[in-house]
Amino acid sequence: MQLYELTIKQAIELLKKGETSPKELLEALLSRIEAIDSKVKAFVTVTADEARAQLGNKTDGALSGIPLGIKDNMCTKGVRTTCSSRMLENFVPPYESTATQKLWDAGAVLLGKLNMDEFAMGSSTEHSAFFRTCNPWDLKRVTGGSSGGSAAAVASDMCLGALGSDTGGSIRQPAAFCSVVGLKPTYGRVSRFGLVAFASSLDQIGPITKTVEDSAILLNAICGHDPQDSTSAPEDMAGTPDFTKQIGRDIKGLRVGVPKEYFIEGLDAEVEKINRDAIKQLEALGAELVEVSLPHTDYAVPVYYIIAPSEASSNLARYDGVKYGFRAEGASDLMDMYMKSRSEGFGAEVKRRIMLGTYALSSGYYDAYYLKAQQVRTLIKKDFHDAFKHVDVIASPTTPEAAFLAGEKTSDPIKMYLSDIFTISANLAGNPGISLPCGFTKNGLPVGLQLIGKHFDEATVLKAAHAYEQSTDWHTRKPAL
Amino acid sequence: MSAQAKPQDKANQKYETVIGLEVHAQMRTETKIFCGCRVEFGAAPNTLTCPVSTGMPGVLPVLHRKALEFSIRTGLAMDCKIAPFSRFARKNYFYPDLPKGYQISQYELPICEHGHIDIEVEGATKRIGITRIHMEDDAGKNIHDPSGVSLVDLNRTGTPLMEIVSEPDMRTPEEAGAYMRKIRTIVRYLGVSDGNMEQGSLRCDANISIRPVGQVEFGTKVELKNINSFRFVERAIAYEIKRQTSVIERGGEIVQETRLYDTDRNITVSMRAKEEAHDYRYFPDPDLVPMVVDPKWIEEIRAGLPELPDVKRKRYLNDLEISEDAAAFISEERATAEWFEAAVDKGGEPKSVANWMMGELTRRLNDDKLSFANCPVIPIKLVELINDIDSGKINARQGKTVFNSLYDRCKSMIEESPVKPSPADGSLAFIGKVEPVTSRATSSVIREELGIKQSTDTGTIEKAVQEVLDKNPDEVERFRGGDQKLMGFFVGQVMKATRGEVDAKTVNEMIKKKLG
Ligand SMILES: [Zn+2]
Repeated sequence: MQLYELTIKQAIELLKKGETSPKELLEALLSRIEAIDSKVKAFVTVTADEARAQLGNKTDGALSGIPLGIKDNMCTKGVRTTCSSRMLENFVPPYESTATQKLWDAGAVLLGKLNMDEFAMGSSTEHSAFFRTCNPWDLKRVTGGSSGGSAAAVASDMCLGALGSDTGGSIRQPAAFCSVVGLKPTYGRVSRFGLVAFASSLDQIGPITKTVEDSAILLNAICGHDPQDSTSAPEDMAGTPDFTKQIGRDIKGLRVGVPKEYFIEGLDAEVEKINRDAIKQLEALGAELVEVSLPHTDYAVPVYYIIAPSEASSNLARYDGVKYGFRAEGASDLMDMYMKSRSEGFGAEVKRRIMLGTYALSSGYYDAYYLKAQQVRTLIKKDFHDAFKHVDVIASPTTPEAAFLAGEKTSDPIKMYLSDIFTISANLAGNPGISLPCGFTKNGLPVGLQLIGKHFDEATVLKAAHAYEQSTDWHTRKPAL
Repeated sequence: MSAQAKPQDKANQKYETVIGLEVHAQMRTETKIFCGCRVEFGAAPNTLTCPVSTGMPGVLPVLHRKALEFSIRTGLAMDCKIAPFSRFARKNYFYPDLPKGYQISQYELPICEHGHIDIEVEGATKRIGITRIHMEDDAGKNIHDPSGVSLVDLNRTGTPLMEIVSEPDMRTPEEAGAYMRKIRTIVRYLGVSDGNMEQGSLRCDANISIRPVGQVEFGTKVELKNINSFRFVERAIAYEIKRQTSVIERGGEIVQETRLYDTDRNITVSMRAKEEAHDYRYFPDPDLVPMVVDPKWIEEIRAGLPELPDVKRKRYLNDLEISEDAAAFISEERATAEWFEAAVDKGGEPKSVANWMMGELTRRLNDDKLSFANCPVIPIKLVELINDIDSGKINARQGKTVFNSLYDRCKSMIEESPVKPSPADGSLAFIGKVEPVTSRATSSVIREELGIKQSTDTGTIEKAVQEVLDKNPDEVERFRGGDQKLMGFFVGQVMKATRGEVDAKTVNEMIKKKLG
């Protein structure tokens, strides 16, 4: 086994036993990046020098010497943070995001910044202003998005784990497409300070890892209350418990809800079969399957595409060419500078969403769109609340189909938007959700199983996911590169 | 109606003006509303900034609890209902001094609503409704360099503001001026704002419309933006009334628009029409959680409210029986009121204390650009001086001399000491600070040093009186013939002859007796 193939858990043990050194581990990963990232194109920036300098900063932390990749929308002090946008191509933050700071405080090492859809808007990582990241399982196919760089880098062993961010499925969908584990924690579990905002009421940082146990290890490191983020939950909710403690417990008697609204037309037959088998496997492990209803599921995508662009239209107003980031040349006056800078600095998908959101918030339309969407969001939350009176977790496919071909959906935004149909609801409701490998199509494309939990009950989600994972070998399969 | 009435006066009897004011008061917090940057006036550009106040990617606002407390305190002082559930909204627009591209303000759920304050105009009290008070963050400042370059200073960005919105209850420029001054007095009493219009910590927008007398519906309103002095509030509104009246008189229609007051030309000019008005696309700010205010905290804040100026003024009138003018003067500033109350506490006779404060003391303070918040003479010293006069140790005229020496002495003692007035002091804190420093300067010490005393020896007085009468036989004749005004002349001459060391009242009586 190569050092770069290690899971975080394995690496921690080897380092502890002194069977490898942080330096050896880091160099193995840097060589791996050198060897294959020209094919996968996961990294926007590789921070080899910074990583070498970081080694030994903290030798007794929970993650000492563990090299990790970070999605390029989390601010890293002194390291370019681009959001894969021309607008921030040369932006170097003078501050560190809370989630990444917690990783470095635990001794982890920054390998580099990972590609994404521009400002996290997209489901394929084709909307990066720089390049598209390729799916390690089939380079012609997309990685999913927007955390495509993070999922691809973990799947191809270029980092031991990574952080992504999930606004409507941006961790879970690429995790499913790349056969890795992606966890979107409960809204408020992980600080958003330093995460470049897309849709503030939906964004949440989470780990993308090779195994469920690694997911628990990283979540332990990054969770907790942050006085710099008013929406982060109090410490007694956000900072507990130790998630690794749930790993390895059995799931006898666990009530698993199967939402009838998620097994619908439009769900690929092969993907449905693989997911149904996975859910049966949970039953075989002692879980009790319960059919549940999430009646407002149909409204999730439209509600999301009003709320997220509305917040985005305001969050992205600061990129105006005045203070930092891209400023167009040759503007004749202030208005012209605004228009040129924003026209040239943002890509098409970002502009589309800014316009959608601006429209939805405009006077005369606010009540019909934004306000109505918020009301329906409340109903979607209630759906989950009601369902969780009867079950402990909800199981569903992560995506309606496996990874699609690059270019297949770029001309049809609605088709692209529907690829998040099963993941969006958890963001709207704030619940935690995980995607984990549950099989492959005949074409050898990964399929993901999604487990959604109660608010702040990642422990149960991780316990169920781990039990399933350990009863299969999907997570041990590697793409041929 | 007088035949000389000016045209606009005549017109004003046909039309009634309706005025509502939106006052922006900068809160006196040490740090900004959503980050830890210091709030300071006059610092070098962009030195009071951080990633939050410059709107960098990924940063988040965290509400400064003090700003919420100050808003609640203001709301309580204005009899508002404090919202149990309140939240921030984003007001979106592009401008270089607005680094986030939106202002964090409050829209549909402000922290305070439904209050009122009382104003006094021409001896009558009028109640003006307060629609709402909400919190928001201030923008920065654009500076246009003569070379054609525009610069942005973000020091002010994120300074906490309260916007106090009145009902359209005012009818004249004078009422608007009185309202503005009352707002200033109240926020200064509460210590929530320094109310300094010159430095921009108090700014106001005015909504003005006119309608035929008797009409119930409001006329089309015009908004006057960014008025930054008390004088300009009244002038700008007066001009706008004149302008609107003349438009209507000529058969025209008022256009709903935003206008700016041009202070140099004393006119208002159109800034933008209603069609060009911004659509601010308000929506709840998802970065800030709604505020649920604990009723217990509200009661704590209420219990800590100072006695407010209206209550003080009435108490001074009724209990201390000082004049209306004096009561108004003393209650206008909290520091003045505290100084006065401290003097009365030390046994000062209220009317005498008030007279000294409004007269000689204010004259000296004004000359030195000081106020009762940093007055060099502490109340007890004035009380001792007043007692010296009342007990006849010195006369009123000598009192003035002693007072001025006392003032000078205390001032230089403070200047030579390490004690420095701080804006956060307030009068009581300052009194405590300078008391030990000026302990050796008292009325009695100064009297001794200057050798000022009042002669009570009637023999001396009688001698002086007789000499004056002897020297001025013509005047004596005229006085006897009924010219009572000459009494002042005789007294003056006697005082001159005795270098003021005798009691004027005794002199007066003695002259009366001799010539009676
Ligand atoms: Zn700051």
